[in-house]
Amino acid sequence: MTNRVRLTAPEGVPFIDIVREFDAPVDALFRAHAEPELVRQWLGPNGYEMDIEQWEFATGGRYRYVHKDGKGGEYAFNGVFHVVRENDFAIQTFEFEGFPDVVAIESLTFTDLGDGRTRLTIHSVYPALEARDGMVASGMETGVTEGYDRLEKLAAGL
Amino acid sequence: MIVDPSADDRLDRAFMALADPVRRRMIARLSRGPATVNELADPFEISKQAVSKHIQVLEQANLVTRTRDAQRRPVHLNAAQLEALTAWIDRYRLIHEQQFRNLDALLARTDTERKEPS
Repeated sequence: MTNRVRLTAPEGVPFIDIVREFDAPVDALFRAHAEPELVRQWLGPNGYEMDIEQWEFATGGRYRYVHKDGKGGEYAFNGVFHVVRENDFAIQTFEFEGFPDVVAIESLTFTDLGDGRTRLTIHSVYPALEARDGMVASGMETGVTEGYDRLEKLAAGL
Repeated sequence: MIVDPSADDRLDRAFMALADPVRRRMIARLSRGPATVNELADPFEISKQAVSKHIQVLEQANLVTRTRDAQRRPVHLNAAQLEALTAWIDRYRLIHEQQFRNLDALLARTDTERKEPS
């Protein structure tokens, strides 16, 4: 049984909350966030090549990566890791360069559930409701193509 | 942004329905026009009962509808429901679903490597 992602965008506040559990120990999940060679294998939509220019998952570190669709489309993201505590917690900023200066603050909590299971909780705070709805909607265009073809391809990649 | 629980249930069913490759191919086929159960079953080497079951899951997820056209009973795509799935929050969620499944796969691989060091 696949673990399900719980994603909520509450009304009236510019937050996005994501909760997902993993059948993996906390150190493995943390490593998958910390090591760029591992990050490249899962972060971002399928069908895009991920070019990581910088990824220093440590307090004060920075990151920048570019998703490339192979047809000339490139979508760059960057931010700083404000705080990173091993196997526990991180705060990072997130900016889609297509919408410069709209920066979200994301808190990641790694909770050891025992028995080799871990819960990942992500709380994202956007500067305004419009920023959350608009920027995320546009940002997500990177992951999908037009109309039903979009959903087909995307679902086929699941 | 309306995030009512019933909408959430509805989406859960739709996502579950689309998590299966056979059902995704059925949706892909139906996006080109209605089809009978036999036509839908054609590309697959599975029993007609299994095909009917897949259609039932898609029906319960409200992704397809069946008309009472005597024997033919063609299956139609419910375009409105598919469109609902492409609202930004759902696309966002779909991308996260997919991304976290990739992460699952990665974690499973690294787990095997740890247990069986090469």
